[in-house]
Amino acid sequence: MAPKQASTFPCIRTVGLDGLLVSFAGSMAEPSNRAALAFRDAVNTLDWDGVIETSASLASAYVRFDPLVLTHSEIHGRLHQILHRQNWYEAPLPAGRRLWKVPTVYGGELAPQLDEAAAAAGLSPSETIDRLSRSRVRVLTIGFAPGQPYLGPLGPEFNIPRLKELTPMVPEGALVLAISQFVLFSGPTPTGWRHVGQTAFRCFRPEAKESFALRPGDEMQFLPVSRAELERLREADEGTGGATCEEIPT
Amino acid sequence: MTLLVHQVGPACTFQDQGRTGYLDRGLSRSGAADQLALHEGAALLGQSPDCAALEMAGMGGTFEATQPVCIALTGAPMQASIDGAAIAWNASHAMERGQKLKIGAAKQGTYGYLHVGGGIDAPLFLGSRSAHLTAKVGRALQAGDILPNGPYSGGAGMKLKTEDRFAGGTLRVVASFQTALFDQETLDRFTQTLFHRGTRANRMGMQLESDGEGFAAKGQLNILSEVITPGDIQMTGTGNPFILLPECQTTGGYPRIASVLPCDLPRAAQTPAGGHIRFKFVTMDEAVALHQTYMTGLSRLRARVEPLVRDPHDIPDLLSYQLISGMISATE
Repeated sequence: MAPKQASTFPCIRTVGLDGLLVSFAGSMAEPSNRAALAFRDAVNTLDWDGVIETSASLASAYVRFDPLVLTHSEIHGRLHQILHRQNWYEAPLPAGRRLWKVPTVYGGELAPQLDEAAAAAGLSPSETIDRLSRSRVRVLTIGFAPGQPYLGPLGPEFNIPRLKELTPMVPEGALVLAISQFVLFSGPTPTGWRHVGQTAFRCFRPEAKESFALRPGDEMQFLPVSRAELERLREADEGTGGATCEEIPT
Repeated sequence: MTLLVHQVGPACTFQDQGRTGYLDRGLSRSGAADQLALHEGAALLGQSPDCAALEMAGMGGTFEATQPVCIALTGAPMQASIDGAAIAWNASHAMERGQKLKIGAAKQGTYGYLHVGGGIDAPLFLGSRSAHLTAKVGRALQAGDILPNGPYSGGAGMKLKTEDRFAGGTLRVVASFQTALFDQETLDRFTQTLFHRGTRANRMGMQLESDGEGFAAKGQLNILSEVITPGDIQMTGTGNPFILLPECQTTGGYPRIASVLPCDLPRAAQTPAGGHIRFKFVTMDEAVALHQTYMTGLSRLRARVEPLVRDPHDIPDLLSYQLISGMISATE
């Protein structure tokens, strides 16, 4: 009934009735993220009849297809062939990457789980803020909610588990932490990640010409500011929250 | 404009087949929770299943025709009347200017649909008219809104026989890439358990409850976030399953034990609070065969539409009707 659990990577597994997942690792690592991004690009370039859409997550590329047009065995065979065509872990990062610096309030009423995260990491709150704000993290994937980045990797001390009980609601712009990654929430949502920072950055702006602010491969840094400064920035613009953006030279 | 909203339930949105191609930007499909109902409405009005309709969660509203309009009602059966006279569900009806359509609470199921001839002509966003409230795309309908429609040259007065899919039942599932994270004992217990739909349910997903302990995967708080698709059955930290629906997240770290087949998703979404659900695993070959049957069924809906014969007792001005000609031959 159940397929064998993958023990070796890369591997190809089914997702429901109409999807295949090509996974390059079972945990987050930089080379497997690059592999997923590049493999997904390669599938898109081939433009097969019957493929409906594709995406890349932290360490996997997903292909959704119409199983009545492209059979499971046919597309599995094709993906297997591409998978062994080259070493995907050595694929380059996407071109045109940018660095975003985002003003962030750490801890306090706006981000009440900072102290808890610090304790889980075995650090003082001030040391935690210092380390998190110095970390330059990459957009590993965009998902869960519109325009919302998974960012990492953070240092191994931040490899802390998700919470068992969901926090009922964190607001848009919340910076949350678990498993050596940040997520910057694009809308109010319940979460099992710890709420450590608050920004006024809007990842998804449906009313704007460009609805999605970030691209996979972009880098971000979350610089500490006071609550008063954040409120001022929130008033001042339409969604960037005082963030700056510069091209990363290739 | 065609229908003016006088009063409306709290969770009524425009929905079509949803938005494809933005999964990589974190935007899930959205679209009608009961896709079969969308196709049934299109068949009743003889129009494309790409047309948008009004999805009404639990409760409809009062709508006034501002010009002659044809409507169809599908999905969860609700109390419905035009100017106080009860009208049939799973049927299409003509409305004259000034007539009022009242749609009440769902009698069974959850999601009812109001279709208009020509489809609801709401603005397109990224290729779809579907609201996606969790993504803040579109909004719930309010009193004073209108349902604008596209051009329509068809008629009304048709009905469609449908199977009952509004009380839960057995949902067929396939194993997915995280099924193997659950041990065989847990999987067996999962298929032997009688679940009932909890009160936590919306277009993102619906919680299922059961007696006994929850369903946990190995190492489940540290699983890498991976792609999610509608129909996935996700286990939260407490071991309660959620069936994920059209406004689900695009990725997530809680493990999915299995995935409900698209052909059984309408039945899943329509399950009312307290309704019973069981799961049955099928092989991928069986799943593809069931999907083929479902898709063929959708394409044949239009051929199954038949004239709505009204009960003479319900017709106040029987003598004014033209009872002989029109429609189809008596031998058909």
